[in-house]
Amino acid sequence: MAIFSKKERGLILDPLADNNPITIQVLGICSALAITAQLKASIVMTISVLFVMGVGNVVISLMRNAIPSKIRIIVQLIVVAALVIIVDQVLKAYAYSLSKELSVFIGLIITNCIIMGRFEAFALGNGPWKSFLDGIGNALGYGIILIIVGFFRELLGSGTLLGYKVLGDPIEQTGLYAFGYENNGFMLLSPMALIVVGLIIWVQRSRNKALIEEN
Amino acid sequence: MLEHTELFFKSIFIDNMVFATFLGMCSYLAVSKKVTTAVGLGAAVIFVLAVTVPLNWLLDQYILRDGALSWLGPEYASYDLSFLSFILFIATIATMVQLVEIVVEKFSPALYNSLGIFLPLIAVNCAILGGSLFMQSRDIASLGLAFNYGVSSGIGWFLAILAIAAIREKIRYSNVPAPLRGLGITFIITGLMAIGFMSFGGMLTGGDEAAPAEAESAQVSPETDNQETAANKEVAEVTNIKINE
Repeated sequence: MAIFSKKERGLILDPLADNNPITIQVLGICSALAITAQLKASIVMTISVLFVMGVGNVVISLMRNAIPSKIRIIVQLIVVAALVIIVDQVLKAYAYSLSKELSVFIGLIITNCIIMGRFEAFALGNGPWKSFLDGIGNALGYGIILIIVGFFRELLGSGTLLGYKVLGDPIEQTGLYAFGYENNGFMLLSPMALIVVGLIIWVQRSRNKALIEEN
Repeated sequence: MLEHTELFFKSIFIDNMVFATFLGMCSYLAVSKKVTTAVGLGAAVIFVLAVTVPLNWLLDQYILRDGALSWLGPEYASYDLSFLSFILFIATIATMVQLVEIVVEKFSPALYNSLGIFLPLIAVNCAILGGSLFMQSRDIASLGLAFNYGVSSGIGWFLAILAIAAIREKIRYSNVPAPLRGLGITFIITGLMAIGFMSFGGMLTGGDEAAPAEAESAQVSPETDNQETAANKEVAEVTNIKINE
């Protein structure tokens, strides 16, 4: 890690835990929850956001002295929209069924508040390399929550991970099912995503008391 | 008329933006600490949705979808610009939000100040773009229906933020475990409310989607039986009459 100074490491590592975009800054929840019924969709979403945020932060940072502050929101939206179109078209070309599954939620990366938030708070005032690291760090912090939620929902909901049957076969009663385990189909329904995130927040804040809020 | 009513109730209760598709969660969580600000933001969202969804419907219908440009001339009929929809939709939304901001600042400075930064944030509220994208993917058939869809999903969002704001005002006095205070408990309450809203799923189908079809077929088959038996009787009578003759 010699190529990163201590501050640069902080840019990547802080958003992973103590300054997590989802659980602490309360941003980007909209697109995060709806697609977490499967681990695969969570991973694809993470990679898409990683790309859009990394590249977008660099672009905005390069243009930061040329953007008039009054119309910056529209400029930022156009940059994000252009990057999201690239992601959308690539997904349609190489993973059509997955892009059908994600439906409108790839498009909703545009309105992912994390991206706008990082543009406003960081890329408009910092150089390209730092902005890139900041973008990657925040996208990873977002992705970690997505992947944890997707992991538990797919494992408990359908007994599979990435489509592989890890808990045994429910019809032939092998593995855990031999002991009378049943899939909790409720995990696949949307309300459970909220409750799982709530529980993650609970765990995180019991570990780090400094994060506890006043009501 | 029936389809308007159906779409109206469906987008408020069954496909509620917050509870069924998690749209607009960021501002839903951030602005729901007090009922008054929640009401202000909810009203702004209803208004922006009611304007942008029909506008984007027109854009989609006459510029973006496959073959939509045929009104320009036959040589444009094969154009499919639907990959541009994200940019055009978000540009419409950003413009409308800017417009709303100017109007509100001019006519109601008090509301403008109380909404603060959240008014420009409506532009990046997923509920607004989500409304337009769902309008596109669900093939809403007419301008009137698009307007209806915009207004009713706005009302659904309004209802959700109003409910959670009221609950959060009350929950301040209860003894929530310390690490769960604030954001954590709000997430869990929202999850429970979403479970509650799932029960609206059967509202338009009468509980079970298969049941009406079965009932219809059950009704139909005796009738045909009756007709057949009636026909048989007639035949029998005719033959009887013939025999008698």
